[in-house]
Amino acid sequence: MVYWDHAASTPPYDEVVQTMAEVMKKHYGNPSSIHRMGEDAAKLLKRAREVCAASLGVKPSEIVWTSGATEGNNMAIKGAAMQYAGRGKHIVTTSIEHPSVYDSCLALERRGYEVTYLPVDDKGRVEPAQVASAVRKDTILVSIMHVNNETGAVQPLEDIGRAVKESNPLTVFHIDGVQGFGKLPVRLEAWKADLYTLSAHKIRGPKGTGILYKRDGVNLHPLFTGGKQESGMRAGTENIPGIVAMSKAMRMAGEQTETFMTQVGAMRDELMAWIRTQPSLELNSYEEGAPHIVNMSFPGMKAEVLLHSLEEHGALVSTKSACSSKTAEPSKVLLAMGRGADAASSAVRISMGLTNTHEELQQLIRALSDAVNRLQPLRQEGMK
Amino acid sequence: MKYDMLLLRFGELTLKGRNRNRFENTVLKHVKSVLRPFPAATIEKEYGRLYIVLNGEDSNAMIKELKKVFGLYSVSPVIVCPSELDAIVETSTSFLKQMPLKEGTTFKVSARRVWKKFPHSSHEMNHLVGSPLLNEFEQLKISMKDPELDLRIEIRETGTYIFCEVIPAVGGFPRGSNGKAMLLLSGGIDSPVAGYSAMRRGLEVEAVHFYSYPFTSRKAKEKVMELAKVLSGYAGRIKIHLVPFTEIQTSFTTVGQDNLIITLMRRSMLRIATMLAEREGALAIVTGDSLGQVASQTLPSMNVIGRATDLPLLRPLVTMDKNEIMDIAKEIGTYDLSILPYEDCCTLFVPKSPTTNPNLHVVERIEASLENLPAMLEDAVRRTESVVLTPRSVIETDREEETIQEDWF
Repeated sequence: MVYWDHAASTPPYDEVVQTMAEVMKKHYGNPSSIHRMGEDAAKLLKRAREVCAASLGVKPSEIVWTSGATEGNNMAIKGAAMQYAGRGKHIVTTSIEHPSVYDSCLALERRGYEVTYLPVDDKGRVEPAQVASAVRKDTILVSIMHVNNETGAVQPLEDIGRAVKESNPLTVFHIDGVQGFGKLPVRLEAWKADLYTLSAHKIRGPKGTGILYKRDGVNLHPLFTGGKQESGMRAGTENIPGIVAMSKAMRMAGEQTETFMTQVGAMRDELMAWIRTQPSLELNSYEEGAPHIVNMSFPGMKAEVLLHSLEEHGALVSTKSACSSKTAEPSKVLLAMGRGADAASSAVRISMGLTNTHEELQQLIRALSDAVNRLQPLRQEGMK
Repeated sequence: MKYDMLLLRFGELTLKGRNRNRFENTVLKHVKSVLRPFPAATIEKEYGRLYIVLNGEDSNAMIKELKKVFGLYSVSPVIVCPSELDAIVETSTSFLKQMPLKEGTTFKVSARRVWKKFPHSSHEMNHLVGSPLLNEFEQLKISMKDPELDLRIEIRETGTYIFCEVIPAVGGFPRGSNGKAMLLLSGGIDSPVAGYSAMRRGLEVEAVHFYSYPFTSRKAKEKVMELAKVLSGYAGRIKIHLVPFTEIQTSFTTVGQDNLIITLMRRSMLRIATMLAEREGALAIVTGDSLGQVASQTLPSMNVIGRATDLPLLRPLVTMDKNEIMDIAKEIGTYDLSILPYEDCCTLFVPKSPTTNPNLHVVERIEASLENLPAMLEDAVRRTESVVLTPRSVIETDREEETIQEDWF
């Protein structure tokens, strides 16, 4: 089996697994305890915070531990919405966000907030000028992802950040950075990011851990109440082994960004070049996108069919994003990019990492070629 | 702007007749130690002044470090040019181009001919340099009295020094030049500031800290050592005495006069500090007392507590407001440590209503009734641990290494 689903989750680094096990076995003390074992756990937590902050080029005090991106995005969006409701109740986001952003916005709409969902162009990008005109005096939050999880489209964050702050300096700018870290340079200061979500298991760290970067000066209404962990931002005993292991994964992934861009990017280019030679396949990813995601449609054929025939050849890929792939609806992201229902229902995502090899890529291309040839005659026009 | 030199001025110590040389040499040594990260720079000494030849080192970073040197009053960044009229005018012009000049900025030239063979007198030079500058910069307005911009020109045989900025430095007396005192160092905001103020005035300070394990945590002790380490950044090194205070402190809880506990504790602390001072050759005790701040710092309390020692009690903060003290704490880098929430022995067993007006006779009677007290004080001094800290000291090294395994991160 070859794993081509790195955008869904990644194989952890060996060092991460080892760290996790060692810390879990040795440091089971609660960092809030004031005895020696508690102090030791607190020391690990402090160091992990410094390591994570250094990977992002921010201050340790600006790191909030979370259980992953869904929590981070909820904390950012609902937390900012509740905190700054006095300033206004308008939120700007895009039509291609991850469900943890999109559904959080829907939930806020039901509670009296107004949400503007910005369109994207045919490559899946938001126009900064549209952000500028969408942000109003009562806009409290703009939430835009760095890299789209289905297509790999990259948003022009520097221009967007400028547009947000020029239109309304008080508006909080949140970036869902889950698919970007370790794959592309991250420049929180240049992007004028106030909040930035990360998940450890997307960067070869453990599941169940993540980070919300919260710029000093930005306040969020906490979602969890209880103990005073994270300065009251997030109650709950810290996941020490997960957090230490995550800090290791962040450091390693951060340091490998350039290698990732060249090596994985080369594989992606090769795969995209082959897809372009296939008349029955339509590419939904672009050179300007992230180096690890290739999305393509096989119009007339349900995505699951292609996925299953690739699995027979030992290649594991995804339809849409893993989070929404069990629902039968067409991809919202592709529809937003102006693709037809046909293309949006037949899309397959191949996402890769540094653990994939060139030989594996050749196998994948052969498997794709075989499946496409076999399924070609069975396509249905206007399949819904 | 790219400067060639820094001019450092000594302050009031130049008044101190015969001691001047010793004082200046102490400052010179201190300057040398803060210049260690700038190896290319060289120092030249002159009457009442020091010059640092930058040789390409970063002047801003250096000034930041020089502001920690006690006994230095001000720093001026200097540009050097050949001692020729044309060169002096030209360099002065480019110097002013870099200054933030506004319409109507008042201005004068103060030339000083140190090298008497230079063909123009100081007075002539003021005009010879001043008039071309006034032509070039129309926004300047000449003013002999207290101008905003005073362009100083010092003509020497080896070259002419041009400068106008006078950046105030920390002042005070050279470190250690006024003798030695013991500092009562708690974990709070005030005592480190008191220590700094004493050091700035030329006192060598040894810190005395009282701990009451298990009523106080090891973290409280570590925190105080971190504070002392920050102070060592100003002194070069600092000795800290860690005094076990548990037995003495708990013995006061048995006398049934809870409102006097703080008074009794403070008196015992002073007695122990006095014994340590005798051992270490110190002639005073420095405390962070600020008049009226808490019950033990009212005038009646200070009176009763202060009688426990014959040594002079120095209270640098006695007339300062809390916010002034906090500002200094932030400036010297002790504030963030001081606000860490570890209980120290001063906040233990604090009665609901400590007295603000203790009665000396009652206090003395209680002390006399505690037969063991003198022995306990001596025992505490005997069991005192003394550690010398420098800015590079690592506190609690062994345990840190044990906990933090580098390959986990």
